[in-house]
Amino acid sequence: MDLDLDVTERNGVAVLAVKGEVDVYTAPRLREKLVELVTAGQHRIVVDLEGVEFLDSTGLGVLVGGLKRVRSHDGDLSLVCTQHRILKVFEITGLTKVFSIHESVDAAVAG
Amino acid sequence: MVAGGDGGSIELEIPARAEYVALARLVVSSMASTRRDLAEDRLDDLKVAVSEACTNAIEAHGKADTDDRVVLRCEEHDDRLVVQVEDRGRGFDPQSLPEHPPVTDPDRLNFERGLGIPLIRTLVDEVEFLSSGEGTAVRMAMFCGPSVSGLADLDDVDDDHPFDVEALD
Repeated sequence: MDLDLDVTERNGVAVLAVKGEVDVYTAPRLREKLVELVTAGQHRIVVDLEGVEFLDSTGLGVLVGGLKRVRSHDGDLSLVCTQHRILKVFEITGLTKVFSIHESVDAAVAG
Repeated sequence: MVAGGDGGSIELEIPARAEYVALARLVVSSMASTRRDLAEDRLDDLKVAVSEACTNAIEAHGKADTDDRVVLRCEEHDDRLVVQVEDRGRGFDPQSLPEHPPVTDPDRLNFERGLGIPLIRTLVDEVEFLSSGEGTAVRMAMFCGPSVSGLADLDDVDDDHPFDVEALD
């Protein structure tokens, strides 16, 4: 099972495009990538979930951990997601109120 | 499939390792996709629920330090699909799960875990957690019609056009 993680920089914001399935097997790689970005001093991160085909609570947990990490550096981590099936798990768990979720990378970068 | 009767069931034993959760999702979603009246978004719900149950089962085996396999049972009933995930972990009390701080509380960010069971409860039509010190069975049901192949029995086709294949979609 593949998980593609691709980082680009836009106006000083790291945009992490996630493609594939995020579950207990692949989530550690997402966590490592987020830790790597924060360790490199990147505290403004946009995680683009538009290429995600599946995401469960393990993935949610990693994103919560990422948000906590950037907040401790006065940074922010926001999401791009318009897919109903992915948004649904954020809604059920109340995490739509924890993350700012945008409809496009442009909107997320503009913050 | 016998008209009016319940369908078959399959049983899959998976090694208690993270890389097998995707396989469990695939098997369940393949089975579910043949059922009538199970909309695509409900199929997605079931996939998430199965993923959560298998993730918890694998973690339970890790904690109990057992090499036993996790058992996935799928039962086809005429009015529902039942998926049961069984582990040989040490069990837990489903009634006394720790609660998270409210999402508006900054402390919420200290909790990365514990979302799986609330998700299962919301996503499937019925769920039962049967747990003891010997292990846990999570029994999840999705209400739906019989499988499309089951409808090959003409007795099951209840409209005026029994040979209208379109009606089977």
